[in-house]
Amino acid sequence: MGHLVTLPILLPMLGAILLLLPPCGKNLKMRRALSQAFALFTLIASLVLLMHSATNNIEVYALGNWSAPFGIVLVSDMLATLLISLTSFLALCCITYASAGDDEKGSFFHPLMQFLVMGVNGAFLTGDLFNLFVFFEVLLIASYSLLMHAGDKHKTRSALHYVILNLIGSSIFLIGLGVLYGVLGTLNIADMAVKVSQLTGDDIALAKIGGLLLLIVFGLKAAILPLHLWLPKTYSSALPVVAAMFAIMTKVGVYAMFRVYTIIFGEQAGELAFMAQSWLWPLSILTIAIGALGVLASEDLRKLTANLVIISVGTLVAAISMHSVMATAAALYYIIHSTLMIAVLFLLADLISVQRGKASDRLVEGKPVAQPYILGGGFLIAALAVMGMPPMSGFIGKIWLLKASSQINGTVIFWPVYLIASFVVLIALSRAGSFLFWRHSNNEATKEVAAPLKTNVIITLLLCSPLMVIFSGPITDFTLAAAEQLHDVNNHINTVLAISNEGVKS
Amino acid sequence: MEILYATCVGVLVTCGLFLILRARTFPVVLGLTMMSYAVNLFLFASGRLNSNQAAVLGQSTQYADPLPQALVLTAIVIGFAMTAFVVILSIRGRADLGNDHVDGIIPNKNKASQREIR
Repeated sequence: MGHLVTLPILLPMLGAILLLLPPCGKNLKMRRALSQAFALFTLIASLVLLMHSATNNIEVYALGNWSAPFGIVLVSDMLATLLISLTSFLALCCITYASAGDDEKGSFFHPLMQFLVMGVNGAFLTGDLFNLFVFFEVLLIASYSLLMHAGDKHKTRSALHYVILNLIGSSIFLIGLGVLYGVLGTLNIADMAVKVSQLTGDDIALAKIGGLLLLIVFGLKAAILPLHLWLPKTYSSALPVVAAMFAIMTKVGVYAMFRVYTIIFGEQAGELAFMAQSWLWPLSILTIAIGALGVLASEDLRKLTANLVIISVGTLVAAISMHSVMATAAALYYIIHSTLMIAVLFLLADLISVQRGKASDRLVEGKPVAQPYILGGGFLIAALAVMGMPPMSGFIGKIWLLKASSQINGTVIFWPVYLIASFVVLIALSRAGSFLFWRHSNNEATKEVAAPLKTNVIITLLLCSPLMVIFSGPITDFTLAAAEQLHDVNNHINTVLAISNEGVKS
Repeated sequence: MEILYATCVGVLVTCGLFLILRARTFPVVLGLTMMSYAVNLFLFASGRLNSNQAAVLGQSTQYADPLPQALVLTAIVIGFAMTAFVVILSIRGRADLGNDHVDGIIPNKNKASQREIR
């Protein structure tokens, strides 16, 4: 496969640079076309990688041909390719949606979006912790600017909070990396996994400190309980299409937890084995509970969706803390489902708030929407999927996760909390739906009909949910294989370190 | 040297944290800058402290670990960009919100002026 592994990072970067150059910088039509084209290319490259990883072992690409413990490697295993495909697909949808008008509301929307995709894809592909930090920063600085897109007063305030919090997070990340490097002498994930098991004496305590510092950072990015307070305000104040793209960003934090606490501090880490899981288990359950309360308390649809993000993160982190192959596979299925459905809810909130005029997307009486069938139907499907009702994809993810949790001793706590949270989501979403679509003051509907491009994107995203049910066989097979690959730490270590040794010989 | 170095990092982190908790944008920016200095020093020390050792092979009998120096360089560049961004954002926040409090509302002021700001 060779250099193909770099394409999901290089293509968006190239796209972003081209979009900044004169012919595209001035011409809106060209900028939109080019941005969509590059998003499409990235998606194709990611899908090719996905196909490749499904049939082959882990693919390792040594950047600059520097061998693994010394140079930076890109590791394309099934988990990474699944997530970059998801990112690229979501990016294509969001860019297309924004091309119907939202990109004009501020400057540099398309280049920033491409940089965001580059950062997210890079974070998923890299096999080096410091490189992970760099890609985190790339995606963060793009997200800071996107958050300010079409900004007003309230955006400035939430952006300020978001930026300051993440800068502190970056400092903690670096301190954690410094501690780990000082103890282990390497930052390559596979090599760290080898070195962690050989630690003795006080070094174990130091490595534990470093690992838990990283947990704080990933927890901040993923928004788990004590560090989730920034999320509802930030996501609900962002432009909905940007918020839809941000649906993948909390998953970057979750992914980093998967990588670090399964491979480095996984089962073969000696005394440090599964050190984060005991923290994550109670926190994840509390996160689900607090997210459910937030969903009930939300006064508009965007805030409600932002709180749904918190519930989904709690669910995923609970799956991490179960550290079994089945839980991981269920979590991967759930990641695809929840990212797409939360994105579509943000986009629907955008259309609804435009069409309801002054009432916006607040849960109060307002004008009837101009397209009740498309928006109402879309909302119904998305809501059914998110709350996990039978015909939609959420149901499979939920059942699978509950089944995985019954294998460990967590059933007594996890089942009630999770099921009650789902019930609360059901109540909140039905209340929201009836306010938005049924309770109107007697005014005429607005004439504002959504651009066909926007509704098409929404329909495409919505279709994913039934498709994920119809093709749940192949998808679950894939996520199971991906989870097995992730938990097979020895294979990961051997592949990453061996391939680079061959590179040295040749 | 170790004690001096550790004290430096510790004092910088303490000052940084104190300033960040001031909740005014200017002290917060200063605090973030101090934190990033402390972090850079800390990262540098992760390759062990030693003097008279070059980071290049063959230049001295013992050599220093070159990787932390590369990491620090990267961290400095990124920290610089982020600081520039947060400075601009704070200026915009000062203009948009009418004061330099991170929440946009100054606590313990009479309610009339708060309403005005909103």
